[in-house]
Amino acid sequence: MEKFNIHTGLVVPLDLANVDTDQIIPKQFLQKTERVGFGVHLFHDSRYLDHAGTQVNPDFIINKPEYKNASILLARENFGCGSSREHAPWALQEYGFKVIIAPSFADIFYGNCINIGLLPIKLSDDAIEQLFELSPAAQLTLTIDLPNNLVICGDLSFTFSLSEFQQYSLENGVDSVGWTLNKLEKIEAFEAKMPAWQ
Amino acid sequence: MTIENPKTMYEKLWQNHLVEAVQGETPLLFVDRHLIHEVTSPQAFANLRFHNRPVRHPERTIATMDHNISTRSIKIDAAGEGAANQLRALEKNCKEFGIELFGMGHKNQGIAHVMGPELGLTLPGTIIVCGDSHTATHGAFGALAFGIGTSEVEHVFATQTLRQNKAKTMKIEVIGHVGTGISAKDIILAIIGKTGSAGATGYVVEYCGEAIEALSMEERMTVCNMSIEFGAKAGLIAPDQTTFDYIEGKEYAPKDELFEQAVNDWKTLKSDPDASFDTVITLQAKDIKAQVTWGTNPGQVISVDGIVPSPEDFTDPVERDSCVNALQYMDLAAGTKITDIQVNKVFIGSCTNSRIEDLRAAANIVQRYEGKQVVDAVDAIIVPGSYRVKEQAEIEGLDKIFINAGFEWRLPGCSMCLGMNDDVLAEGDRCASTSNRNFEGRQGRGSRTHLVSPEMAAAAAITGHFVDLNA
Repeated sequence: MEKFNIHTGLVVPLDLANVDTDQIIPKQFLQKTERVGFGVHLFHDSRYLDHAGTQVNPDFIINKPEYKNASILLARENFGCGSSREHAPWALQEYGFKVIIAPSFADIFYGNCINIGLLPIKLSDDAIEQLFELSPAAQLTLTIDLPNNLVICGDLSFTFSLSEFQQYSLENGVDSVGWTLNKLEKIEAFEAKMPAWQ
Repeated sequence: MTIENPKTMYEKLWQNHLVEAVQGETPLLFVDRHLIHEVTSPQAFANLRFHNRPVRHPERTIATMDHNISTRSIKIDAAGEGAANQLRALEKNCKEFGIELFGMGHKNQGIAHVMGPELGLTLPGTIIVCGDSHTATHGAFGALAFGIGTSEVEHVFATQTLRQNKAKTMKIEVIGHVGTGISAKDIILAIIGKTGSAGATGYVVEYCGEAIEALSMEERMTVCNMSIEFGAKAGLIAPDQTTFDYIEGKEYAPKDELFEQAVNDWKTLKSDPDASFDTVITLQAKDIKAQVTWGTNPGQVISVDGIVPSPEDFTDPVERDSCVNALQYMDLAAGTKITDIQVNKVFIGSCTNSRIEDLRAAANIVQRYEGKQVVDAVDAIIVPGSYRVKEQAEIEGLDKIFINAGFEWRLPGCSMCLGMNDDVLAEGDRCASTSNRNFEGRQGRGSRTHLVSPEMAAAAAITGHFVDLNA
């Protein structure tokens, strides 16, 4: 997993609540056995006017030329609800997003993002509102300072928090499986004490 | 007797599975049972292979084919090349890593969350995970069960553990008894309608109260299945005699003395009387009516005797906007009577409602219409949850009731719940579906889903619209 330290990038404001993982990556694109090839299908039903994905929908905000190089997605509450498919954060990451900012995230989606090094940032409703107000007119650029837990917007800044281990894992690109395998004796000790029926 | 430090069932399950909790690290929990399927496992296997890591406990992992498969044929390539690739990859991976697989044509094959319980793989007091958000289903047994992403599937493969931050606890008490004809699906939809589609984000929910205790195991599974639809990490129901009776004698369940030991342990799982929850919600069972969703998330739901709401009915601006968008997508006018909504597709199936009791309930409604056929305008399919459910239904003659009434009787799988195979809706189709998600495009691009009980879906198939069966 790539390390995350400080990222500066353009924000695309997706003014929608309850964006579910079916919207992020529809089911017909889940039939892969690799981790790549999902970015092109991100938000497929909104991004393209036809089922085959040949006609780009010019009205969908992510398609607008001014947001072409956006790397920070700003959205409303309960982002990533629904299916547990990790293909959703894979698609967002492969498209070019490094950071998702929303007032709240669905639990499984949030964990999936952390596990692949895509930074989910929860901010207060007020902070989100301010960012939405700032974003359409100005080409809003934010700096995300993970070590200091800051979202910096010119003179404004907002703090966010992650659990200690999530923060450490993202900053250091921890291989979580390898980390746990170093604790094998703890797992063996637990297994030795389990009741027979379990 | 007062219990010192009273605990909720969730806290007990947590404590019983805690491998390690050290400062600065997310707590590490042991996973008893890992269910896998073709869609969310291949990349996890690929990473194991890349790092040359084995599956720590292949015997604790069980694989089934469900998401991608055809419901018309047991041939692996019957649902297209992409699906066939994933199904073949699952066969190859299971063989290489020593995992038992219930593939096409196997007597145990079925939707993971139907198959696990019916085989006795789902036990109280265990942690069960699967790369599927409806894993919460198994919480009906008092198991801590939740969906995980593919990176976590890999973590469980390699270590038989997961890192999880502790969730908050919510108690949902359904007081008294529901009226005649009110199903478990109506109970859970009413709960989601009350909390909203993200009302339990960050929580593990425990369902309790007389109305919940009175449910059969299959009905409890329907309730817990939809916990994720209001954001809960998991849903739990305290195991009781109903639970123990269901498990006893199942193929993979503990036997004889081991079963007795297990039951003794399972009896200690229920929340202590004075345990405190972060949030408590109560519903009066007698107020719950048959439910139909009108919008594009499961929280947008109303009683069948109601009308489609108007954006002005919502004070919260986000909910108001959601209502505007939903009415547009669903092509519904505010004020329309729910019973006036016409459908052209009916789907009875999915891990929410494809068990034998669901099929009996649907068949019962079909019979109530005394020889009437599925109305011409409607295509209706019935997809049993597993091979065993299908076999039992055929023994009872339910298949004949459905087929004679004009329903299609299909082979087990996830089918139209998510439409990864060819069971998809066309643009503009309107479906009465016993599944769990009415998201935009869920059952097919531009299609419209109304979530209902099996009884309501059967009535909609025969009449072409929703029906207040209890009027």
